[in-house]
Amino acid sequence: MSEAILNVTNLTMNFGGIRALDSVNIDIYPGEIVALIGPNGAGKTTFFNCLTGIYTPSSGEIRLRNPETGKETRLNGMKPNRITEKGMARTFQNIRLFANMSVLENVMIGRHCRTHSLIFGAIFRNPATRKEEREIIDTSYKILKKVKLHKQVNEQAKNLSYGAQRRLEIARALATEPFLLLLDEPAAGMNPKETEALVSLIRLICSEGHSILLIEHDMKLVMSLSDRIFVMDYGKKIAQGTPEEVRSNPAVIKAYLGEDVDA
Amino acid sequence: MFPVNELKRSLLVSIWFAFLTFPIMVIKVDPIERIVTWRWDNMFFVAIGSFVLSILVKVYFVRKERRAGSKKAQTALTEPFVHRILREPRFLYPLCLACLAFAILFPHLFSAYQTNIMTTALMYVVLGLGLNIVVGVAGLLDLGYVAFYAVGAYSYALLNMHFGLGFWIVLPIGGLLAAFVGVLLGFPVLRLRGDYLAIVTLGFGEIIRLILENWNDFSQGPSGIANISRPGLFGIDLSFSASINYIYYLVVGLVIFTIFVVNRLQSSRLGRAWLALREDEIACQAMGIDKTRTKLIAFSLGAFWAGLVGVIFAAKTTFVNPASFTFLESAIILSIVVLGGMGSIVGVILGALTLILLPEYLRALAEYRMLAFGGILVVMMIFKPEGLISNVRRSYQFKKLPSSESE
Repeated sequence: MSEAILNVTNLTMNFGGIRALDSVNIDIYPGEIVALIGPNGAGKTTFFNCLTGIYTPSSGEIRLRNPETGKETRLNGMKPNRITEKGMARTFQNIRLFANMSVLENVMIGRHCRTHSLIFGAIFRNPATRKEEREIIDTSYKILKKVKLHKQVNEQAKNLSYGAQRRLEIARALATEPFLLLLDEPAAGMNPKETEALVSLIRLICSEGHSILLIEHDMKLVMSLSDRIFVMDYGKKIAQGTPEEVRSNPAVIKAYLGEDVDA
Repeated sequence: MFPVNELKRSLLVSIWFAFLTFPIMVIKVDPIERIVTWRWDNMFFVAIGSFVLSILVKVYFVRKERRAGSKKAQTALTEPFVHRILREPRFLYPLCLACLAFAILFPHLFSAYQTNIMTTALMYVVLGLGLNIVVGVAGLLDLGYVAFYAVGAYSYALLNMHFGLGFWIVLPIGGLLAAFVGVLLGFPVLRLRGDYLAIVTLGFGEIIRLILENWNDFSQGPSGIANISRPGLFGIDLSFSASINYIYYLVVGLVIFTIFVVNRLQSSRLGRAWLALREDEIACQAMGIDKTRTKLIAFSLGAFWAGLVGVIFAAKTTFVNPASFTFLESAIILSIVVLGGMGSIVGVILGALTLILLPEYLRALAEYRMLAFGGILVVMMIFKPEGLISNVRRSYQFKKLPSSESE
């Protein structure tokens, strides 16, 4: 197996006296779909926030390795925008689109970290800037087509249906050209048909060379999609393995269903 | 069509208003004659007036709701008239040309006094457009904008007094100095948003004014700096009226330049980043936008325009003192942006012309100016919270794209 693209060792996060994450170790390898599951309040979203730089972890190491260049970066204490530049993008559990901007503009924002023009280019519109702008629009349109939102490019993001907003978040994250995509409950609030479309979309994204780490409560989706599953409870990783291994793991059953009193 | 319930509520409103205004409107004490006059008829007028007003407001909202309910499908038709004109180049260009022709002919059609007023109004247009970058586009509520205006004005006044530097040299220097001060202010307030940012910038504006007022060795204190040279034109000595026209054309030029630059900025990568920053900071950072840098650029660019106008202000009045840079100025510029429409260039221009020209031509109402000001803003917030002319977002067409042809 090739080297891990994301290597998290002993990640700990304290909020005052509360330990939200307790020595979590996780590896992700290129081309994988990995799921992170656990009961509510287990620390999954905190884990995501630590990875993406919204929180600075109390201790532990987060290392990101670009599979193409082989360059390794330590992410602790880095700003969120720098981490995105390094090739890890995310979506949010509670949708955080730019509600009053158009669908296309939302994705165009995602291109921001891969483009460069600033004040000078904006004012003089030199050929390089015009070309870059064209490139931003074309790429954004292609990505929107992938998530099947290309008919609504000029619609305001807030007017989209719930499922479409989730897909737009994925499109926006894809626009930053990540090799690792973090999805925070992408299927939350979706109807079965939308979930089905989401599963095939995630498969498509994975087949195009993006590795995926997702938090999800929909067990059917998790079991059918993921190569490996990590289970968290009370800030600790309590199990890991293939879907079959996790399903029969007693610790997982205990975390989800509670302990048998007679046992 | 109109429920009795609403009538009752309006009646209550009118009684409440009559009660509230009772001490001012009804009782009149004459301390010399020692008589109290009871003007009961005034109370009657207040009651009737507030009753009619409150019914009108209610009717407006009822009709608005009905319209929103029935005409949802016809959004294209209900799109404001102004937006349709702005979107159609064949209307827009002649309109722009007409405005430009009017602007050029203005000094020849009207008196020097009118030209002077127009110059002031156009200066506020530029100030409004500058603040529009900070408040309207990037969503950073800046209540101390006048500080940058002061920096521009004083940099010309001081550089002219001490080193005899001319207008054209100081114009860019003043702008850049203001932009630099903008960055200085920007650094500490980067992590603040909304109300907190407003308070800090308000304080900052006052600090600059107090420094100018109290540091006598530096700025000559409250007495200000006089005899600042007017802008030169290749060393030609201009007569008084010619110099008024000259400054007028200069400001017209600056307005055109500002519109051009702000327009291009708004539809650029940077402008999009500002908009996104206004919408959601965390999502912005997660999408790879450098929050610090983007905010600082917005602050310094906004300040740059204020600096430019400050230099022109000093050159126009040939005298600056701290009294010209009070909080009221900031409030007026902010009102221009809010009244005109946040983020909308046409709106800001219209807002500036309204707010600066109206008081000049309605001298009769001079005493009630502030009252009218507040009243207009309140009415605007109720009926048209998005401003006179709201911003039109650009839409994109994908017919020419090869990738979409397969559809």
